Amino acid sequence: MNIDSITSGIVIDHITAGRGMKLYDLLGLDELECSVAIIKNVTSGKMGKKDIIKIDADIPVNLDIIGYVDPGITVNVIKNGEIIDKKSIDTPQTLKNVIKCKNPRCITSVEQELDHVFTLVDKENKIYKCIYCETKAN
Amino acid sequence: MRSLINILDLSVDEINELVATAEDIIENPAKYAEVCHGKKLATLFFEPSTRTRLSFEAAMIELGGSVIGFSEASSSSAAKGESVADTAKVISCYADIIAMRHPKEGAPYVASLNASVPVINAGDGGHNHPTQTLADLLTIKRETGRFDSLTVGLCGDLKFGRTVHSLIEAMSRYANVKFVLISPEELKLPSYVKRDVLKKNNIPYVQTTSLEDAMPELDILYMTRVQRERFFNEEDYLRLKDSYILDTKKLENAKDSLVVMHPLPRVNEISVSVDDDPRACYFKQVLYGKYMRMALIMKLLKEAGTI
Repeated sequence: MNIDSITSGIVIDHITAGRGMKLYDLLGLDELECSVAIIKNVTSGKMGKKDIIKIDADIPVNLDIIGYVDPGITVNVIKNGEIIDKKSIDTPQTLKNVIKCKNPRCITSVEQELDHVFTLVDKENKIYKCIYCETKAN
Repeated sequence: MRSLINILDLSVDEINELVATAEDIIENPAKYAEVCHGKKLATLFFEPSTRTRLSFEAAMIELGGSVIGFSEASSSSAAKGESVADTAKVISCYADIIAMRHPKEGAPYVASLNASVPVINAGDGGHNHPTQTLADLLTIKRETGRFDSLTVGLCGDLKFGRTVHSLIEAMSRYANVKFVLISPEELKLPSYVKRDVLKKNNIPYVQTTSLEDAMPELDILYMTRVQRERFFNEEDYLRLKDSYILDTKKLENAKDSLVVMHPLPRVNEISVSVDDDPRACYFKQVLYGKYMRMALIMKLLKEAGTI
């Protein structure tokens, strides 16, 4: 299967197979008017299988969201057919409005204007806690 | 702006400093009678808690300050839909320090992010209640003379009891402290507290269902209430409820130096007959709570440059 290479835009590569759609949703890519391709289960020498997202426009992407979904991802910025920037991703220390607190007793459950903020409390096990009620994110 | 939301916001040194201040207040109350003259404490109680609110108010009055506030959400602007953030900003214009109780977890933290005066968490749902823990710590210090080398028995509802979790966190920072966790199977200490606090800090603990068996080795016995609504079936509740009622007979095998504590209010988990035992310290604990709140109010107002 062939997907045309892009001349200007973003390639999100090395997504763990199966997580491409989750990333697409969290990044809000459905709201873009440019072409966006999600390629699932691409054969990869390193990973066996991987997902790739290609965005046909040089838009800012939220690296915190990417780092939360899969810190092994690489983000390539393409201009005039060349990779001009390769962003390395790390597990973010803070997540702001990426995920929502599910604790019904949390203040965020009644005050809709509050940002949903989580901090990384255990990098090894990728555990985040709500800064308000300290409930772990699922 | 320094606030107190979680007991762990205070270092061990700061807790020792607050305890020392509280002990000095006990010895020399006149020295502190005008420390907060002209300053106002706002008690914002979005749910009723007469005991805690009155303790804060008494603390501020004994420091020479004044008190404003409300005692339930229906008499506040929250009833009109005002956010906690806005309430905190508005009250900052009237008061020098805020004590807030709220049924939602994290609400006092939201207030602290938006207030321009210190905020004290006076209880947020089942989450944190740091001034109760300060009261507990002063009780332990006054009644045993130390924080280290203590065997602390926690009895009753260890699953949902926020005071128990906070006390474990606070006491885990001292040397040679051992915990005896006494509860029915249904109300055992949550595994995350065991993992994140006890195991992580190599704190020794044992779990038992028998208060009688645990009694002889305890230096502290912290009682909590076993509540009917925590059980899945009435049979289990009826089978277990009396096991965790402390009476004079159960105290027969206890040390003479045992300190019996309870965050109150009690219902029937400590027999009234125990009140006359010199080891019963739960009413002193209430008094110590007021002194710790006085010490805390002073500390936060000093750090804010208000006094």
